[in-house]
Amino acid sequence: MLSRTAENLFWIARYMERAETMARLLEVGARIALTPSAGHGYRSEWESLLQASGTAEGFAEKYGDPVQRNIESYLFFDRDNPSSVISCIERARENARIVRTAITGQVWDTLNTAFQEIRQIERQPRSEWETTELCEWVARQSAMMRGAMDATMLRNDGFFFMNLGYALERADNTARLIDVKYFVLLPSVEMVGTGFDNYQWQVLLRALQSYRAFHWAYGGDITASKIVDFLILNPASPRSLMSAMRKALHHLENIARFYGDEGATGPVQLRARGLVRELDQTQVTEIFDEGLHEFLTRFIGDIGDLAGMVQRNYLSGDAR
Amino acid sequence: MTEYFNEMFDGGKVRQPYGGLDGWMRDMPAELRAMKQAEAEALFRRIGITFAVYGEGGDPDRLIPFDMFPRVFTQTEWRKLERGIKQRARALNAFLLDVYGRGEIVRAGRIPARLVYQNEAYERAVSGFIPPRGIYSHIVGIDLVRTGPDQFYVLEDNCRTPSGVSYMLENREIMMRMFPQLFRENRIEPVDGYPDALRRTLASVAPAKCDREPTIAILTPGHFNSAYYEHSFLADLMGVELVEGADLFCEGGFCWMRTTEGPKKLDVIYRRIDDAFIDPLCFRPDSMLGVPGLMDVYRSGGVTICSAPGAGVADDKAIYTFVPEMVRFYLGEEPLLENVPTWQCAKPDDLKYVLDHLPELVVKEVHGSGGYGMLVGPKATKEQIETFRIKIKENPVNYIAQPTLALSTTPTFVEEGVAPRHVDLRPYCLVGEKVELVPGGLTRVALTEGSLVVNSSQGGGVKDTWVLAE
Repeated sequence: MLSRTAENLFWIARYMERAETMARLLEVGARIALTPSAGHGYRSEWESLLQASGTAEGFAEKYGDPVQRNIESYLFFDRDNPSSVISCIERARENARIVRTAITGQVWDTLNTAFQEIRQIERQPRSEWETTELCEWVARQSAMMRGAMDATMLRNDGFFFMNLGYALERADNTARLIDVKYFVLLPSVEMVGTGFDNYQWQVLLRALQSYRAFHWAYGGDITASKIVDFLILNPASPRSLMSAMRKALHHLENIARFYGDEGATGPVQLRARGLVRELDQTQVTEIFDEGLHEFLTRFIGDIGDLAGMVQRNYLSGDAR
Repeated sequence: MTEYFNEMFDGGKVRQPYGGLDGWMRDMPAELRAMKQAEAEALFRRIGITFAVYGEGGDPDRLIPFDMFPRVFTQTEWRKLERGIKQRARALNAFLLDVYGRGEIVRAGRIPARLVYQNEAYERAVSGFIPPRGIYSHIVGIDLVRTGPDQFYVLEDNCRTPSGVSYMLENREIMMRMFPQLFRENRIEPVDGYPDALRRTLASVAPAKCDREPTIAILTPGHFNSAYYEHSFLADLMGVELVEGADLFCEGGFCWMRTTEGPKKLDVIYRRIDDAFIDPLCFRPDSMLGVPGLMDVYRSGGVTICSAPGAGVADDKAIYTFVPEMVRFYLGEEPLLENVPTWQCAKPDDLKYVLDHLPELVVKEVHGSGGYGMLVGPKATKEQIETFRIKIKENPVNYIAQPTLALSTTPTFVEEGVAPRHVDLRPYCLVGEKVELVPGGLTRVALTEGSLVVNSSQGGGVKDTWVLAE
């Protein structure tokens, strides 16, 4: 397959996953904003969302103070923000148009419909849409996209590269979402374990649509270590770092085998296998010992390295 | 009032090829028609058959209006056209081989040397090079108009990269999906063999150095190009890669594609970019679209480029006048298709005639295309005519003029029902190991009442084109 085609497919998936993360972040923010003021009030919480999404600087330049409505516009509809939902969906759709023949009619349909709909939503007065509704709409597009891929695509390199894109983006995004919670929302150690702390964890679980799953998996009270285990180490949790990394490894192995490397022993595969093994051997206590923020920062860096290797080895077309 | 040939109605009588459509047309209630029209549009959008227009604001994905009323030819009419088109395609290729070789036709005094060798489209870089099978133009699009039951004229030849064939194929798909009973009741020759025929044609001109099943790719300027859909459509149907310049590189005398498994050798490139953009080392150094070194690989027989760089010299509007002469000179046959009488403004006598008769003539730029930069005398205002008069006087070499042709009409669905509208025809002739033509082509229709301009950029639409089986 052309490297450029593979690159486009990889990024279609990354953009769609990113759009979903942006929507989920917004939902976290909107929900927190509905809770009675405590501690730092609302302001810093919105700011933390911007930081988690990596868009704080762009926002400050354009709007200054973080006001909820502006943040919502910025994260959802603003084309100046390369990570906004609309930017992501438009780029995913444009990438799909470029590689139209490498995806199925259904996958194209899903992306094209999402694109047409968001343009319509954009034209309607904002008062007609609740933030939650918008977020649900995005989650639905994302689910339909994965469903269409799964139901209709040939299991070839194109399919594997798309899934790899999803997995790497999800690993990165989940790590960032946890980081908002721990690093920014809760800067003071005294608050760990207080009622307010638990409430925010709940909000995070809800935003990840994992609240019920968490209770089914663990039962009892919500504690920081259960949550860290659930979102980072538990392979049963679909958004955990472990799940995402296993999925990334799985599709990297598929790619290697598809290209005749039965043992999947290429440098990218080895690196991914190393990362999965490391997560496998990590205990929750070790994460807290290292510091959650430090752990996550290191992990985000590792994901970045792995994505760089995928780029060099497959997508750039420079490999000989 | 000019009398126009109506392809369906001869007075009150229905001409034979359209017999199967008369009842269909009369029985269709207005609501059903509106529904079908909406359905067709939704299908086009959904499949993504749009032509992208960037930089003008609005929705970049536009639809070319599709008219559901088919245009029909009998087998006898078609056979005659087919022979004429193939003859012309062979003559054009013989001409190209000649003018990049010994130039016999010029030496024989049948075409002025100036018109050939000083032509902007004449490519010095390939002079003396003979491409595989001596073919330069592998896909020849010949634009035809009809003025009477047996009278066809060639309006122009397209030897470089004629577009529109995806519409020929999709129009048929959509008609078959919407009106299956029409295809049961009328025996209509299929056109869906085109992509395979194109692939065979391209494979048949692989370089001699290629010793296996040739790898073919379509080279596109990219997804911002208005014909991008067609490029990806053809690549998909032929099962070949669609590449951009950046996907290719030249090394060791061959051209390679960058793939996820490393470089893959490419044998035949069906390019949909202009000569000037093929190779920045050879042509425009500022071009980002092409592949550095590609022309060297081409000239050393490492890869075949279709159509060959330089093929444009045969479809220039000034050369057009001489195509009947080419048929006689190279094939020793009488041309089966007629040219439209053409006045060359470069010639003083012709120029005088043109300036004296502007209100009756169609004036075109020698290198123009897409219906831009032309004057349709009978439809133009006084000011437009005067503006053109100045332009022609300033640079006569740049213009040719033709009589305003009484283009035939076919019934077309319009707001009020069915009405005659003017049409032309572009069949696509493939030239490789064989010279072949699928039975059909692209019919373009001027949707505005009375208009003679069928270009999509000027409010033209398209129709399905039928050739009835024996």
